[in-house]
Amino acid sequence: MKISIKNLAQLANLELSSSQLQTLEESIPSVIEHMDEIKHLDLSGVKQTNAVIEEENVYREDDVEHSLTQDEALKNAPNTYNGFLVVPYVFEENTDA
Amino acid sequence: MDVHNLTITDIKADLKDKKYSAVELTKAYLERIKTLEPKLNAFVTVTEEKALKDAKKADELLADGQDLPVLGIPMSIKDNFSTKYIETTASSKVLEHYRPPFNATVVQRLEDAGMVMVGKTNLDAFAHGSSTEASDFGTTKNPWNQECLAGGSSGGAAASIAADEAVAAIGSETAGSTRLPASWCGVVGLKPTYGRVSRYGVVAMGSSLDSPGPLTKTVEDTAQILQIIAGQDIHDGTTSSSEPKEYITLMKDKRRMTIGISKDYFQDVETEVAAKIEDALKILEKQGHTIKNIELFDPKYAIDVYTILQRSEVSSNLARLDGIRYGEDRTVFGEEAMRRVMLGTYVLSAGHYDAFYKKAQKVRTLIIENFAKAYETVDVIVGPSAPVPAMPLGSTEKNPMFGEVIDRLMEPSSIAGLCGINVPAGFSKDRLPIGLQVIGPQFAEDLILNLAYQFEQATLYWQQHPTL
Repeated sequence: MKISIKNLAQLANLELSSSQLQTLEESIPSVIEHMDEIKHLDLSGVKQTNAVIEEENVYREDDVEHSLTQDEALKNAPNTYNGFLVVPYVFEENTDA
Repeated sequence: MDVHNLTITDIKADLKDKKYSAVELTKAYLERIKTLEPKLNAFVTVTEEKALKDAKKADELLADGQDLPVLGIPMSIKDNFSTKYIETTASSKVLEHYRPPFNATVVQRLEDAGMVMVGKTNLDAFAHGSSTEASDFGTTKNPWNQECLAGGSSGGAAASIAADEAVAAIGSETAGSTRLPASWCGVVGLKPTYGRVSRYGVVAMGSSLDSPGPLTKTVEDTAQILQIIAGQDIHDGTTSSSEPKEYITLMKDKRRMTIGISKDYFQDVETEVAAKIEDALKILEKQGHTIKNIELFDPKYAIDVYTILQRSEVSSNLARLDGIRYGEDRTVFGEEAMRRVMLGTYVLSAGHYDAFYKKAQKVRTLIIENFAKAYETVDVIVGPSAPVPAMPLGSTEKNPMFGEVIDRLMEPSSIAGLCGINVPAGFSKDRLPIGLQVIGPQFAEDLILNLAYQFEQATLYWQQHPTL
C-alpha cells in the first residue's frame, strides 16, 4: 500500500520538516498495517456502536448564566482588532479587477 | 513534618484535632515537591502561591467549624484539565502559554470541596502515549526506580502520589492512561464508567472514550474523590443522568462476589506479573469470593479497534488548534500528535472510512456484547493491569504502537465504556510495583471499589513507599 504522507499532511493542515517527513514516512505505514488486522473479522450483521451510554435528547434549561466577557474570551488570542479575532487570509486578493 | 503515606482520611482527622494546620501541611508538600522534582519531573507547573492562599482559606474555614470533603487536602491535577488563569499546557508546546478563562468541571467541584491544588502534572502531550516520553516538557521518572518509566499518560499524576508530592491526584484515561501509570507506580487509579465524570474543560483526546478519574494511595481515598467529581454536568451532554452511588459507604460492606478470569488476559504476560495475580486470586478466594473462568473477546483485536477510533477522534479534536483563538500554530505540534492526526485523517478519508472506522465501531458492539454476556454470570472481572512492570526509559523510541500494546489489557474495557480500577498487588524481584485490575459493568464503581478495598485491607501494599 502506498500512502502519500505529504498529501495526508496537507489534508490535516500540517507543515512537515524534511526530518519529520522522513520519520512519519517510516512509522505511519506500520501503524496502518496494524489497523488492517481488523479486516480479518467477519462483521456481517453487526450493528455499529457510536455511543457507549444511552442518553437521548439531552437539553438544559434555557436560562441566562454567567458567561465569559469579551475580554476574557479574547485574552488568549495572539492577534485581535477592535474586539475581533484576526484570522489569516482565506481568499486571495483578486488583482484582475 | 513527615508526609509519607498520609491519606485524606488521616489528614481530615488530624486537621480537626489541630495536629497541624492546612498551611503547615501544604508547605510540607511544597517542600517535598521542591526536593524531588529534579529527580522525578512529575509536575509541569507548581502552583505554590495559589496553594498557600487556598490553604490559608482552608484554615479559616476549619477554624469556623466547617467541614468540606477535601478541605485543606493538597492535590495535583493533570495538566490537561483547564484551571482558571493557570497554565494548562496538556504538556504540549502548542499550549505552553495557554491560561484558560474557566475551570474544568472536575476542578471546579474539587475547589468547591476545599481542595488545595499544589500543581499541574506531566503527561504525554495531549495524553498521546503511555509513558510521558511524548511530553514536550521532559519524561516523568518512576519514583521506585528513576531509570524506569512512570507510565502514562497520567504519569505525573501517578508519580506525584507514589512520591508523596500530593495526597490525591486527578488523571484522565482514554484506554489505560490512569490504570497503567497507577500500576507502574504502585498506587490506586480509577477509570470510572464513561459518562460518570464530566469531561468539560478537559483537553479532548478521544471524546467517546475519555474518562477523568482519581489516583490515590488508598481505595478509600479514591472513593472519596469519586464521590465529589461524579455526576451529571450540564456542560457535558455525555454525562449520565443516573445518580452517583454512595461509594464510601458501599465500599465497606464486605460483599462476596463471583469473580471472572479469562486466560486471554494472561497471554504474553510476564511470569512475575502473572504469579502476583495468581497470589491475588488465592487471597480473594480465601476471602470467600468465587473464581470463575470466562471467555472474553481476544484483547488483540481491541488494540486495532482502539487505534482506529482514537486516531480518528484525535484528528477531529486537534483540528481546533489553529493558533487563532489561543495557543501556538500547528507547526509546534510534536511528532506523536502529528502522527496521530495524520492517521486519523487517513482512517476517516473517503474510501477508508468503511474499511476502518465503521468496522471498528462494529467490533465495539461485539466487545460490549461480550462483556454483557460475561456479567450475566460474574460480578466483576480481574486480571493484571499491565503485562509487565515499569519499562526502562527510552522504551517508546521507534515504537509508534508502544502504548497500544502495553495497554492491551485495559483497552477492551475502555472501548466498552466500563469502569476499572488498579490496586497494588506486590512487587517484582527488582522491586517494581505490580498492579491488579478489577473491571466492573457500567456504573458499578461501588462493586470494584468494594473488591479492591477488601484486597487492599488483606495486603496493605500501599503502606510501602519508595526510597527517594
